[in-house]
Parts: sequence; structure tokens; C-alpha cells
Amino acid sequence: MSAGTVVIVGSSIAGVRTAQSLRLEGFEGEIMLVGEETELPYDKPPLSKSVLAGTTDEDSIRLLTQEQADTDGIRLLLGYRAVGLDITENMLELEGHEPLHYDQLVVATGAAPRPSPWGQPPGIHVLRTLEDARELRRDLLRGGSLAVIGAGFIGAEAAATARSLGLDVTVIDPVPVPMSRIFNPEIGHWFGDLHRENGVNTMFGVGVESVEGEGGNFTVHLTNGKSVPAATVLVGIGVTPNDSWLSASGLLVDNGVVLNEYCQAVDAANVYAVGDVARWRHQKHGEDVRIEHWTNAVEQAACVAHNITHPDQPRAYTPIEYVWSDQHDWKIQVVGRVGGNVDHVVIGHPQIHGRFVALYTTDGTTLRGAAIVNWPKALLACRIGMAQGTTVQGLRDKLEPQLQPQPTGAS
Amino acid sequence: MPVVKADLEACQGYANCVVGASDYFDLDDDGVVEILRTEVPEADRARVTEAARSCPVSALKVEEA
Ligand SMILES: Cc1cc2nc3c(=O)[nH]c(=O)nc-3n(C[C@H](O)[C@H](O)[C@H](O)COP(=O)(O)OP(=O)(O)OC[C@H]3O[C@@H](n4cnc5c(N)ncnc54)[C@H](O)[C@@H]3O)c2cc1C
Repeated sequence: MSAGTVVIVGSSIAGVRTAQSLRLEGFEGEIMLVGEETELPYDKPPLSKSVLAGTTDEDSIRLLTQEQADTDGIRLLLGYRAVGLDITENMLELEGHEPLHYDQLVVATGAAPRPSPWGQPPGIHVLRTLEDARELRRDLLRGGSLAVIGAGFIGAEAAATARSLGLDVTVIDPVPVPMSRIFNPEIGHWFGDLHRENGVNTMFGVGVESVEGEGGNFTVHLTNGKSVPAATVLVGIGVTPNDSWLSASGLLVDNGVVLNEYCQAVDAANVYAVGDVARWRHQKHGEDVRIEHWTNAVEQAACVAHNITHPDQPRAYTPIEYVWSDQHDWKIQVVGRVGGNVDHVVIGHPQIHGRFVALYTTDGTTLRGAAIVNWPKALLACRIGMAQGTTVQGLRDKLEPQLQPQPTGAS
Repeated sequence: MPVVKADLEACQGYANCVVGASDYFDLDDDGVVEILRTEVPEADRARVTEAARSCPVSALKVEEA
């Protein structure tokens, strides 16, 4: 079917790319892109990096301008929040706008940060939207110290950026080894070292009891009795999918909209979901997965656009996971599935070579995933290797000869 | 015929383009994109455009020559 009306809810990367890919696939019907934010669509990864640092201006992170939308025939409906869905009548309910009829609906409402359990007065931040980034940057520029609660990707990146702005930074995480939810402890320790070498004060293995005070003058009380003074606090303790607006719709929602392998809602074949809000059946993994990373949003959008435009030849969505993170002078990339109690082989060392890769395998032979730091050729070898079924040994043979000690070390 | 253009300053070596179209893109040792073919025949346009758009820092464009 190449006509009718596609309504896309959520005007960020997954939604925008679905709209653009529909046109690229030759979709000739109407496309409406609805979003709660009044802001023109923008990209999120720079919000903890260059936008927070002030080295990139806001205009350069726009995902879609009004002219580009007009050229592609994408009708933008910004500033309207979806509040309900009627899957028998194919109607989308909006706040402050008459309901919209759709032939195909794409849910792209993403995820929202877990709110701070210690209150959220001015000065205690989360980081998800452009407005969040503006507010956090404003506080960082006032100076004083920053306490980051949660050493995940976003917390770690924001901490690194704040250091680059010259602030005193403390990162607090109840997990004893940072990133150990994702990597094995050996690599996790290297992340801890990276932060400390760059002047970040780390407090791992300890939780936050309470945050007292006000913007410019907080005290973060820890579960070990110690406390950390901070002018500004950033809480980065994960996100939850924006799916509650669908709770009365009759769609199966379980930590994301539940989809089949073609990314169609299991209860309504003309409803799809993409990006952080989508939980789909990954045929190669044999389980339902939800991924909170940029490349997944883009690839899933392209797949759903294909499936809407070519219903006779639908494609099962079976991506190889990929995420990058920039922290201090490390470019970190993760391919496939890493961590957990699986075997791993590390090639290279941050201190000696300034780069390394960790290859993960469950059976000792097949590559299950890889973490790569500062090593572009290894990144490529792992991404292409995962797709082609290269063995861990094959990658070792290829990568080990490329290692040369770097006299300058990691820094 | 449309052509691919790269902003080598912007490129961060994320490799999404190579994964999308390895016959058009590669990375050099420093992790900077190398364009292997600049001209994009019509049959490749959608695939190469998707690969270019998958760049997280918008370093690639497919333009009318
Ligand atoms: C600071 C930061 C840094 C990041 N860095 C990286 C990185 O380096 N690498 C990486 O791979 N990933 C990174 N990510 C993750 C990546 O940005 C997300 O995976 C991506 O934004 C998901 O896109 P999405 O469109 O699915 O959801 P979102 O970006 O969350 O967008 C959802 C949109 O839907 C709208 N919406 C929500 N509910 C409704 C409703 N009821 N009605 C209408 N509209 C609604 C929202 O306002 C929002 O505009 C980062 C994220 C953040 C926040």
C-alpha cells in the first residue's frame, strides 16, 4: 500500500526518520508528524556532549527544518500531546486538537528520564531534552561543583563535559564498578580510572540518601554517612518508555509497545512502533528487546518505512546493536551484546596502547559482542565481523598485529 | 547523477555509513570516512541515501550533481 495516511507520534529521531524513509521508499500518501514539543525536531546525543560544552550551536542539531518538511510533504503538528488511541476506529486522540484519523500509525514517543527520587527543585537536573540541556548548561556556567548521580552513559558524558568546562565534578553510583551493568569488571575499572585521571572525583559502591539545600548550595548525603557539596546536581538513573498514554488503547504495553518481528503491534497490524518506546521480537535473539540507542531508532525507522510501503515483502527487524559514547578522550563503541557472565578476550590496553577492544563470546568461538575504545579499524572489523559471523580467533589474528605501544599512553 | 559528499571535519568514525553501504564508504586508519565511489546510480540511491543519513553527525550528503 503506497497511499492513505500515516500518522507518526513523536517528533524526534525515530519519528523524523520514519517520515523521511517513507518518502525514500516511495510512499505517496499523507504523512503527519505529531509531537508534544513545540521545538523543531532536534538530535539528542550532542546534548550531553558538544551542546552542553557550548561548542555546537542549537541550529546545527536540527533533524528537520520546516522547508525540508515541506519539500518531503511531511505535515508537522508540533505542540500536541497524544493522549489516547482508538484501534478499532483508527483514531488518535490529541490534547487541544481534534482527533486524527490514520490508516497506519507509528508510535515514536521515545522515553523519559526517571525523575529524581530526591526532589527536583531548581538546580537538580535530568538531561533528555534540549531545554534540559540549556538549563543544565546555564547552571554549569555559574560555576561551583557538579554532583552527578548515576554513572551510566549520560551521567558519565555530562561529567566529562563539565570537567572540560573546568568544574569540580563528583560522580556517585551505587554500583561498585562503573559500567559493570554493561561490561565485565576489568573494563569497568578502566572507566573508573579514565574519570579519575581526568580529575573526576568518583564515589562508587555508595548510594544517595538525600539531597538537601537549594540551587547553588546543595549537600548530597550518601548511604555511607559521607556527604558531597554541590552547586548543581544531575540525576542520570535511566529512562522509562513513554507508553502510558496507550494504557487504555487495548494495545499490549509492557515496558514499551510490544511488537512482532516486523515491528507491528501484536494486537493491531496497522500500528507500528520505533525507537526507544518499541519492544519487538528480535528473531535472531529469540526474545523481545527494547533498545535505547540512536542507531537503533534510525535503523528501525527505515525498516518500518519499508514494511509500511511494501506490505507484501515485509522485513523482519534483526539489527546488530550499536551504541557509541564520548567520554573525555575516549571514543567508546559497543557492538552486539556484551557483558554478563560470558567469556571475553581483551586486545590492547588503555595505558600501553591508548586503545583496546574486548571481544565477548558465549561458546569460545562466535563473536557475541564487542566493546571498542579509540580504535576505528577494530570497530569496523567487529561490526562487519558480527554481520558475517567472524570468529573471535579470526578477529584476534586480524587485530593483534595492528597494536603498537603508544609512548604517550592513554592521555 | 547524484553524488555523495563528505564533511571530513565533521566525521567521527562511527562507521554507520560503512555498515549501510560498504561499496561506497570505508574508514581510514584514523577513523575518517573514505568515499570509494562518488556517483550514485538511480538503483543505489535509496540504499546510499539511507547509509548517508545514518551518520550520527550528518557528515554525509547525497546531492544532485
Ligand atoms: C543526552 C543524551 C545523549 C545521548 N547520547 C547517545 C549516544 O551518544 N549514542 C547513542 O547511540 N544514543 C545516545 N542517546 C540516546 C538516543 O538519543 C535515543 O536513543 C533516541 O533519542 C531515541 O529516539 P526516539 O525518537 O525513539 O525517542 P526520543 O528521542 O525520546 O523522542 C520521543 C519524542 O516523542 C515526544 N513524545 C513523547 N510522548 C508524547 C506524546 N504522548 N505525544 C506526542 N509526543 C510525545 C517527545 O516529546 C519526544 O520529542 C542519548 C540520549 C540523550 C538524552
